[in-house]
Amino acid sequence: MPEQISPEVVRKVARLARLSLTDDDVARMTSQLGGMLEHFRDVDALKLDDVAPMSQPLPLSNVLRDDVVAPGLDRAEVLASAPAAQDDRFRVPPIIGFEE
Amino acid sequence: MTKRSVIDVAGAVARGELSAAAVLEDNLKAITARESEVHAFNLVMADAARERAAQIDADVKQGRNPGRLAGVTIALKDNMCTRGVDTTCSSKILAGWKPPYDATVVRRLHDEGAVFVGKTNLDEFAMGSSTENSAFGPTRNPLDTSRVPGGSSGGSAAAVAAGFATASLGSDTGGSIRQPAALCGLVGVKPTYGLVSRLGLVAFASSLDQIGPFTTSVADAALLLEVIAGHDPLDSTSLPQPAPQLTAEVSRGVQGMRIGRVVDMPEGCEPEVLAQLDAAFAALQKAGATIVDVKLPSLGYGLTAYYLIAPAEASSNLARYDGVRYGMRIDAADLNAMYDATRAAGFGDEVKRRIMLGTYALSAGYYDAYYGKALKVRRLIADDFAAAYASCDAILTPTSPTVAFKIGDKTSDPLTMYLCDVFTIPTNLAGHAAMSVPYGTGAHGLPVGVQVLAPALGEAAMFRVAGALEASL
Repeated sequence: MPEQISPEVVRKVARLARLSLTDDDVARMTSQLGGMLEHFRDVDALKLDDVAPMSQPLPLSNVLRDDVVAPGLDRAEVLASAPAAQDDRFRVPPIIGFEE
Repeated sequence: MTKRSVIDVAGAVARGELSAAAVLEDNLKAITARESEVHAFNLVMADAARERAAQIDADVKQGRNPGRLAGVTIALKDNMCTRGVDTTCSSKILAGWKPPYDATVVRRLHDEGAVFVGKTNLDEFAMGSSTENSAFGPTRNPLDTSRVPGGSSGGSAAAVAAGFATASLGSDTGGSIRQPAALCGLVGVKPTYGLVSRLGLVAFASSLDQIGPFTTSVADAALLLEVIAGHDPLDSTSLPQPAPQLTAEVSRGVQGMRIGRVVDMPEGCEPEVLAQLDAAFAALQKAGATIVDVKLPSLGYGLTAYYLIAPAEASSNLARYDGVRYGMRIDAADLNAMYDATRAAGFGDEVKRRIMLGTYALSAGYYDAYYGKALKVRRLIADDFAAAYASCDAILTPTSPTVAFKIGDKTSDPLTMYLCDVFTIPTNLAGHAAMSVPYGTGAHGLPVGVQVLAPALGEAAMFRVAGALEASL
């Protein structure tokens, strides 16, 4: 099994998950995630080497619809619920940051 | 409080013996009297509902077919999209968002004459078993307001139990319909994965989520499921077949059916819950069924696998809440800082915990040890069920190990809360059908639910068993 979860790992995962955490959050998450991952060691009792993983329950794959033109969502209605919009588009802050 | 059945309302309204307006006004009266105490709803849609009820009544008067659910008042879990009407998932991060389309289930209910009363409270993004994890405060169990209604569809369960609506819809990822149904004394159905379209259901864990009904009777649940089930070309995981015919199954009886009893069941059930389960087996035997012992050795590992798989899928699904396209935004100097700040401010603790766990389980270096292994456990559970169903048509277990617990009792330790779902989770992992049927009472006179499990697309057998249980009370 991988090493015990550390505050450094929690900070790295928070960066991957795009969540800014306070130091208190990091401490709490370290202990709670550690507890959950510890619980997961239960499955070490099972023989899993020859078991095929099951990612979903359906016997379906690569489902496609007929290629027929149909109306999409109303653009004005979609943009009306966005935090910021301009010129028929979503408006976002500068993509290139100044911190890194 | 007037409680009516779906079938009675639809019949009486269609025949002109009862007005849709009268049904709705009774619900609104109950809401006025008790909603401040119960908090079942995030939004009550009184004006829109009155307009819709008037339209149904006009249809009936003018001889137009009002549909199979004429005047049936329905509450919708607030993770189902309603065009132009706030859909929050009980999260701050979706504040102000009005979906630009209706969920398929919403459209199907509307087309059959249903009247939507409101959007119900849930654990944020359906993550929880008590409806205490809502950004808008907890829902209380109408049968005892010091207790939880269960969750995550606690608002939908409470709305029906309190007479705020004739029926409701919830979503079930690991037990979120069946457990609150049990705790509130209702019938709750988790259909076979793919039977009901997920279009417009805000995704939590896409390979586990299903929508299903809460009702006061088994026949009502069968009718609602008939209306919402069936292929939807807009959901690629929707099974390409028509809705099953289920209402006739409810009264068919269980003569000759084989019902499985799990001999290696996980421990931790209240004795009163086990006593009701025994009574349910005895009733089915008396009605002509044979009880068969079955083994599900991997059942206890379901919880463990689920709490890796569901967070892994959630961490991916919830990546879309980034302050760009919907809901709230915390402004910042650049895009990444805006993402980080918006998500930190918008998500509650339980959601963050699951996003973190899921992100960790999927990240490079840990994927095989956690997510990959959990998927193998999932296969073992499906194989266990397949072996069990070789010798029986349905399986009976408790729905929840306990009756409704006190508000605040399980909030301090996430693992204790997760144990609520030990009997319901394996069904979602396998993609099978299951439902909870109220079966007497346990500790403190609170309702106990018995869970009927059936294989994929085994709804007909499941409703026969559920109907027989209900008839035996």
